[in-house]
Parts: sequence; structure tokens; C-alpha cells
Amino acid sequence: MFYREAGQFKTNYAADMAVFPILQDKIGIALILTLALVVIPLAGNAFFLSVVMIPFLIFALASIGLNLLTGYTGLLSLGTAGFMGVGAFACYKLTTIFPGVNIIVWILTSGLFAAAVGVFFGLPSLRIKGFYLAVATLAAQFFLQWCFIRIPWLYNYNVSGAIEVPTRTLFGIPVTGPNASPEMRYYVVLGIVILLTWVASNLVHGRIGRSWMAVRDMDIAAELMGIKLLPTKLLAFAVSSFYCGVAGALMVFLWYGGAEPEVFSINQSFLILFMVIIGGLGSLTGSFFGAALIYILPIVLRGAPSLVGLNIGAATVEHLTFMIVGALIIFFLIVEPHGLARLWQTGKQKLRVWPFPY
Amino acid sequence: MRAPDMDAGVTAGDVLLAVENVSLRFGGVKAITDVSFDIRKGEIRAIIGPNGAGKTSMLNVINGFYHPQDGRITFKGRTRSKMRPYVAASQGIARTFQNVALFKGMTTLDNIMAGRTLKMRRGFFWQMLRHGPAMAEEIEHRKVVEEIIDFLEIEAIRKVPVGRLPYGLQKRVELGRALAMEPELLLLDEPMAGMNLEEKEDMCRFILDVNSQFGTTIALIEHDMGVVMDLSDRVVVLEYGRKIADGVPDEVKSNQAVIDAYLGVPH
Ligand SMILES: Nc1ncnc2c1ncn2[C@@H]1O[C@H](COP(=O)(O)OP(=O)(O)OP(=O)(O)O)[C@@H](O)[C@H]1O
Ligand SMILES: [Mg+2]
Repeated sequence: MFYREAGQFKTNYAADMAVFPILQDKIGIALILTLALVVIPLAGNAFFLSVVMIPFLIFALASIGLNLLTGYTGLLSLGTAGFMGVGAFACYKLTTIFPGVNIIVWILTSGLFAAAVGVFFGLPSLRIKGFYLAVATLAAQFFLQWCFIRIPWLYNYNVSGAIEVPTRTLFGIPVTGPNASPEMRYYVVLGIVILLTWVASNLVHGRIGRSWMAVRDMDIAAELMGIKLLPTKLLAFAVSSFYCGVAGALMVFLWYGGAEPEVFSINQSFLILFMVIIGGLGSLTGSFFGAALIYILPIVLRGAPSLVGLNIGAATVEHLTFMIVGALIIFFLIVEPHGLARLWQTGKQKLRVWPFPY
Repeated sequence: MRAPDMDAGVTAGDVLLAVENVSLRFGGVKAITDVSFDIRKGEIRAIIGPNGAGKTSMLNVINGFYHPQDGRITFKGRTRSKMRPYVAASQGIARTFQNVALFKGMTTLDNIMAGRTLKMRRGFFWQMLRHGPAMAEEIEHRKVVEEIIDFLEIEAIRKVPVGRLPYGLQKRVELGRALAMEPELLLLDEPMAGMNLEEKEDMCRFILDVNSQFGTTIALIEHDMGVVMDLSDRVVVLEYGRKIADGVPDEVKSNQAVIDAYLGVPH
């Protein structure tokens, strides 16, 4: 198949403003959706769904959240895990207080709680930028994690100090808790991730996305064009934290099935920041690439030796995995500091004009 | 692109903006000292002066980025002790910058579209869907932006991230972004600095066309005397933050204080 736009003339602005203006891109998206919606659930076994796909989608969602803030609006945040935790604990409290309401409603609502907390910790962003803002969000991270440990009300005074996910159903089929099937959990996660990715794409391609990027690229000029800095930045914090909050709720309810506050530690924040940077700041596709590289690749590497019949000790495999992933990250950053998304873009551009590059 | 609506109170030839006794200090540095002048509706007003004279600072005072310690600013009949950037923008003041201040990571199209932000009304809900009213609005503004792109002859670079454009074109895109605001008063800070002769001629043509076709009032900072004399209706001259002359180009050219300032007579 040729990746070409020749012969595809755009006759109106709506067509030109489409997120995927080229036919081949549309086909690509359709293929990916079919793969995700039909092929993977049919072909994949329970292990593949629960250990690879569900976590990958959840990480991609959290990366999109952080990318909206850091990649699109230029506000560096280390509080991602904290905001995810707010989502998870909010969802837990909501579903234990109002067990009758559908869990999906609570998962999405918990994002609103994270958004409110995000806005609060985003307030300093009017005055401080860059590393100083990162330090302020770090304070948020530590404060929130402290709350998750020290406020027993949040985990319903469980002796374990952890969230214990109850069984909740959708149309009579369990989606959370020990009886939920991997297929069901996968479909719920996938549905939410597709929906929120579509919304994020709409936001960044319109007025709001342009305001965010304007603030990121040249805040003085943005302000003199009538873009109010504080509301724009706070909106970025709100939307970003909403995504992180939903990702956090999904993580606990549809992946782990229970969680200690330790899950929402600073390490998790860094992991998602890596995904965003490797994938590409300011790219939604990049968020998926980043999540794949950082989460899926190590799994593949760990599984590879036994697949090809090599007999290496588990510890050695673990060390090798770390080294290979680390080396790859550095390699990609040297080849393309703007992340995998840019590499993908450049590749597509080359394909478009291939074989005559001039 | 429509000509901006004529404000009820201000018709061509009336004072659109008046600056009275403005003084601005940064710590001990006196950037502007007791300067008064006005800009009339429909004219091209040049602000000239040696380096560090306070020209850029004056534009920053006018659109509210700097707040003067003393003085008053009257725009469209409303007197204020200081402007605010948001008020200036929404009341119809747009500007370009001495050192291009474009949104580097965004395309030409998105930069100019960003100039329409204040005119876009659809809220968060519709933006999330990007269908129906939000899309209709987006298309409506895209049409205006395409007219600006045609006007500035930058069709070919529509989808190029502006960070990759040569300097001359960046200045042109920046003018486009300011025009997208459909301003009543356009402030241009050295729009021709660093350009070659051909680019300068193009830019002069655009400035004159903006002024005559859309009736936009323009305040222009420029070092090239030939350009200033050709383009402007009236000139104000600053030196060390003070106004030393004000009048039509011929008057200013023969003013002794101005000649001294430019030839560097010791004080
Ligand atoms: N933000 C600031 N902080 C401190 N001093 C400033 C600031 N902005 C301007 N100044 C000072 O104010 C004076 C006037 O500067 P301004 O930039 O307005 O000059 P200008 O006339 O635009 O000069 P040029 O032709 O070089 O652009 C200078 O002495 C400058 O150092
Ligand atoms: Mg200047």
C-alpha cells in the first residue's frame, strides 16, 4: 500500500482540518481499532489481556494526561501519581458509599475529584515555571501520598491499609473484583481510553489546544493576544489531572484489583514522565508509543530468552532487561530527542515522497 | 477580512489613543520620562529614536505589559492609569515584537488561528466534541485566516512549524497573527529589522495596504529613516526616555534636536 496524498484533494476546510486528513491514516486508525476491539480479545489469552494490554492502555491514558500538561502547555509536573491516587481513592470511597451507582460512572466522576485537586496544586503555576513548578508539584505528590497513608477514612479503615476492590457489575457481568473476566475488564478500559483519547484529540486541535500551546511557546505574546494565563494553565491542570485520576481509578479497579498507597509513589510519576518524554512531548500518539516502549518492551524482553529456548537465570534476565531498555531509551533520545512520535512523523513524511525525496 | 467596526465615539481623524505625562522606571533606570502624544484614528504614527530611547517600553505601556508609575492612557475615550494586557487585546490593540515572538512549535496556520482566540465563543463542552457548533466556528475563523494568508502571500508555508521558517517570513507570520485579531490599533515594533531590501519593500506594501484597506490605525517603531519618512503620517521622536520632537515627517527631519540626537551631539 502506498502512503500518498496524491489525488486526494481537499475541497473544504472541514476535510483539511480533520485530525487524519490522509486516507491511508484513516485506514490505519480503522485497522488499529479493529485490532483492539476484535482481534486482540479473540486471539489474546487471559494473560495477554491482563498483563499486557490492560496496563498498557492505562499507562497510555495517564501519559496522555501528563502530556496535556507538560507537552502541550509546557508545565512540568511530578505529581502525576498523586493525582492518579486521588482518582483511585475517590472511586473507592464513592463506590463503597454509593454501591448502587454504576462503577463506570464513579470511575469517570473520580477524575473530577483529581481535577479539583490538580487545579489547587496548579495555582502556583502563575508565578513559577520549569523546575520550580516541578518542585511545587513534587510537594503535591508527597502531600497526597502522605494523605493516602495517614487518613484511614480513605481506605475505609481496612487493617491492611489498602484498597480492597469490591465486585461491581455492568449489565449483570462483573467488571471489577475477583470474578471479573479479563475480557470484560479489557473492554471497559479500552472503551474509556478510546473515548478519552478522542476527547483529548478534539481539545488539542481546537481553540483550547492552541491556547495551551501558545502559553507553552511564548506566554507574553499569548497574554497580549488576550489569552488569560492563569485560567488557561488551570484548565490544563484540571484536564490533565482528570485523565490521571481516571487512569488511577482504572489501575486499581480494573488492573490491580486492590492497591496500597505505595502504588502512587514518586516512582510512578517518574515512570509516566519517561513515557511522555520518550513518546514525544506534545503528541497523543506518542503517549501510546511511550507506554508501549517503557511498559511492554521489558515484558517482551523478559519472555524472549525462554521463548527461543535460552536458559538464563531469572535474575540475569532482569538485569539484561534493565540494560537493554536503558540503552534503547538513550539511543532513541539521541536519534530523535523529540520522541518516538517525531520519528514516526519523519518516517511517514519520507514515505509520502518516496522514492523521489526532492 | 472585515474592517474593524468603527467605534461610535471615534471617527477617522479623531484621537484614538492618547498618552499623557507617562513615566516608567525600572528601579533606577528611567525608561520613559513624562511623555505625552496621541495617535489619531486611521493614521500611521511612527515612533523613532536612538537605541534605548524607550520606544519598545512605550508600546509595552500602551498594551498593558508594563505599568507606568505616572501618567494616563486614554483609549477610545476611556482614561486609565494603566492598561491590562487582556483589556488591551479585547479592546482592539494588537502588536508584533522586536524579536519575533511567535509560537515556535505551532504551524503558520495555528499561529494565525491563535490570533482569533478572543473572537471564538464556543465553550469547553463543544470543544470536547469538535463537532456541530464548535466545528462551524472553527471553519468560519479558518476562512478569515485563509484571507489573511492570501493577503500576506504565505500560502506555501501554511502547515510549516514557524520555528523552521526564515526570519523574514516569521516577521510576516507575526503580522498575520496580529491582523487576525482585527485590531483597531496595530503596534509594530521594528517590523523590518534584519530584512533584506526586497523583504522590506514587501513589508512596507503590507503595512500601507493594512492601513488603507482595513482602516487600521498603526503605530510603528522603525530605525530606517527612509521607510519612516515614506510610510508615516506623523512622527514622535524619543531620546533617553523623553519626547524631543513630534510632527509631520518633514518637520521632524529638519528639527535641530532630532538631528543632534541622531548625529550624537554630546549632552
Ligand atoms: N524589563 C526591563 N527591566 C529593566 N530595564 C528595562 C526593561 N525594559 C527596558 N528597560 C530599559 O529601558 C530603556 C529603554 O528600553 P527600550 O527597550 O524601550 O528601548 P528602545 O527604544 O526600544 O531601544 P531599541 O531601539 O534598542 O529597541 C533601556 O535603558 C532598557 O535597558
Ligand atoms: Mg526596542
